[in-house]
Amino acid sequence: MKYLDEYRDPVLARRLLEELRKLATKPWTIMEVCGGQTHTIVRQGIDELLPAGIRMIHGPGCPVCVTPLAMVDKAVAIAARPEVTFTSYGDMLRVPGSTGDLVGVKARGGDVRVVYSPLDAVRIAEAHPDRQVVFFAVGFETTAPANAMAVLHAAARGLANFTVLVSHVLVPPAITAILDAPDNEVRGFLAAGHVCAVMGYTQYEPIAARYRVPIVVTGFEPLDLIEGILMTVRQLEEGRAEVENQYARAVHRAGNTAAQDAIREVFTVTARSWRGVGEIPASGLALAPRYAAYDAEHRFAVESLNTTEHPACIAGDILRGTRLPTDCAAYGTACTPRTPLGAPMVSAEGTCAAFHGAGRQRSTVGSR
Amino acid sequence: MCLGIPGRIVEVRASADRPDLRTGIVDFEGLRRPVCLVYTPEAQIGDYVIVHVGFAISRVDEAEAARTLAVIRAIPDALARELGTTLERT
Amino acid sequence: MNPTCPMPRAETERVLLGHGSGGQLMAELLGKVITPDLLGPGVAEDAALVPFNGGQAVLSTDSFVVTPRFFPGGDIGSLAVHGTVNDLAMRGAAPVALCLAYVLEEGLPIDDLARITASVAAAARSAGVPVVTGDTKVVGRGAADGIYVTTTGLGALLPGAHVSAAHGRAGDVVLLSGPIGCHGTAILAAREDLGFESEISSDSQALHRLVARMIAAAGPDVHTLRDPTRGGLASALNEIADAAAVGIEIEEALLPVPAPVSAACELLGLDPLHVANEGCLVALVSPRAADAVLAAMRDGPEATAARAIGTVTAGPAGRVTAHTLVGSTRVVDMLVGEQLPRIC
Repeated sequence: MKYLDEYRDPVLARRLLEELRKLATKPWTIMEVCGGQTHTIVRQGIDELLPAGIRMIHGPGCPVCVTPLAMVDKAVAIAARPEVTFTSYGDMLRVPGSTGDLVGVKARGGDVRVVYSPLDAVRIAEAHPDRQVVFFAVGFETTAPANAMAVLHAAARGLANFTVLVSHVLVPPAITAILDAPDNEVRGFLAAGHVCAVMGYTQYEPIAARYRVPIVVTGFEPLDLIEGILMTVRQLEEGRAEVENQYARAVHRAGNTAAQDAIREVFTVTARSWRGVGEIPASGLALAPRYAAYDAEHRFAVESLNTTEHPACIAGDILRGTRLPTDCAAYGTACTPRTPLGAPMVSAEGTCAAFHGAGRQRSTVGSR
Repeated sequence: MCLGIPGRIVEVRASADRPDLRTGIVDFEGLRRPVCLVYTPEAQIGDYVIVHVGFAISRVDEAEAARTLAVIRAIPDALARELGTTLERT
Repeated sequence: MNPTCPMPRAETERVLLGHGSGGQLMAELLGKVITPDLLGPGVAEDAALVPFNGGQAVLSTDSFVVTPRFFPGGDIGSLAVHGTVNDLAMRGAAPVALCLAYVLEEGLPIDDLARITASVAAAARSAGVPVVTGDTKVVGRGAADGIYVTTTGLGALLPGAHVSAAHGRAGDVVLLSGPIGCHGTAILAAREDLGFESEISSDSQALHRLVARMIAAAGPDVHTLRDPTRGGLASALNEIADAAAVGIEIEEALLPVPAPVSAACELLGLDPLHVANEGCLVALVSPRAADAVLAAMRDGPEATAARAIGTVTAGPAGRVTAHTLVGSTRVVDMLVGEQLPRIC
């Protein structure tokens, strides 16, 4: 495909890797924040091609993985109601809650449907005025404008049977939380290209300056990622800590202002609990009070359930990058994509599932 | 996170139920889908846009796309030099 | 449901759609619930050899439940003929006759039934296999989804054929008859709820003549045949690597994925290696016969683009690896459950 295949060229990848090898004189630990980037890195085996000493840590950038257990439980409780048609991106269906997942709700007779776009959920609500249609609005900044438009569209159409269950999270507060952790080892970040396509990258400039970390806005194809790593290492070797843009074909410094306006109209910034990490202040989005009529939590009055993670799961350490999936005692045994104990084993972009799908063995990472 | 795939706008129209909701048909090498263009008002027929969950979130800047590739192509290919061939088409 | 249960828990007590997706969930269901009482342990094959009248008959059966019933490149009727013909062929058999059973839901348009039946007849005629008997049942509205079709096939072993999922050996060449991912993406794109339009057609076709050419060219040097249907090429390769206790290495750059299939997979976050096919096969062939088999494959309309995509190694047993586009390696795993479109 145009704008994809060109960035998968093995000859150019080799040149970039060669350049990286010449450049890197010291070991560096770099985090790619985004699950899509983790997916490319692990699926293409890019981390195994990097010079010794350049270590990639896989960050908390998979919305499926960081959606808190309590929110999954709320989704399961709402979806099980007989009057509800519950719509969701496919990613969320197999995420285990305390009492099961959405796939299980469907198997027990619940009306759970996968949609590709939130506007499709609005269309289902219009076509079925007798049903309460709920859309599970998860995601990072990339997805927020689309989910915002679903609410705006429903409001413009005066739909009384459409609500959203919102669990939106924001990237910069997560980066800050990682950098503030006393055991942090991350020296540079690849920022998520599509988050920045929406939000721009001015928010990252104070972070780079304050914590003295290079942050490189990076795309999702193999050449993008290797170049993003190269640009980060070059800054580290030269002692610079700036925000640079590898993904200039899709990202401008100011981002997409029309999309940002829609996010500001529909959502307000709020504290969010990140699965495995805990609460981070001002790290998420909730519906603005003027759109409270579209809030599924209000409409269905689901109480906050008291939930506990599986004791064996080290998702928090994995999402903060202090341990690898292959360090976990349950990895590949008690916890597999078929029987996930924690969210990072669910989504193909979850770090644990990405490792498992690529056949990484416990405690023998990169052995080939 | 955030699968975003570049596709080419082949048709632009107002949404039937919401005239203010700019919509287009985007072609992904033979696969087509209606895509909401409300966030990319500058994008025209023939432009490539990055599509995420049915929304165009960014117009692809052709010049920048070419520049990224040119920068990478300008890196000398050590292995090719050693073999005395370009190996571009292996 | 007990809202205070402290442990995250996935659904394990009911049948899920994913149990029918041809991946790990299905293997688990077969291994734990279905085959122990019926067959005991053994190698999973698409068709069975049955001692009969001093010789061997080959038997296979398959049910078809596809939605939508009509899709670009075929329909549930032609699919039901091709599917069973191919299951026989993957055991090295020529199809002799088919049985056909319908389960119809009250309210199914008679016109749909007529179209599907005409399609069954046309596909059977074109494959040269008669439909010799059948059965029709009607169930109440809501008890089925329109129409389910079951076909059962009887086949006769081709002279010289000696194929099994367990026959792969280190050094064998892995041959693939054609492009992958077409059927699964055509069905997905045809489902209205995802809103896609495409030029993708299902690859649904009968492969028994292709198999006959391959066996004629190399006889027992054709070790293994498998049509990578549900679960895709990745699951098929894992199954045959497992059955033969060998490793398989493939080259990602050599996999034929048509552009619109690739686009659909990119958009929906699917792996083309996990997408269903209904008209291609993968073969493990002795290296000395690989060129002859490849030439025989290409010498017909079903496999003009046949190619070698990898090799069989000594192991680790059951491990399938791919050399990635950028020159690294990764393990190719089976599909887990139902393929769900994803956004992230």
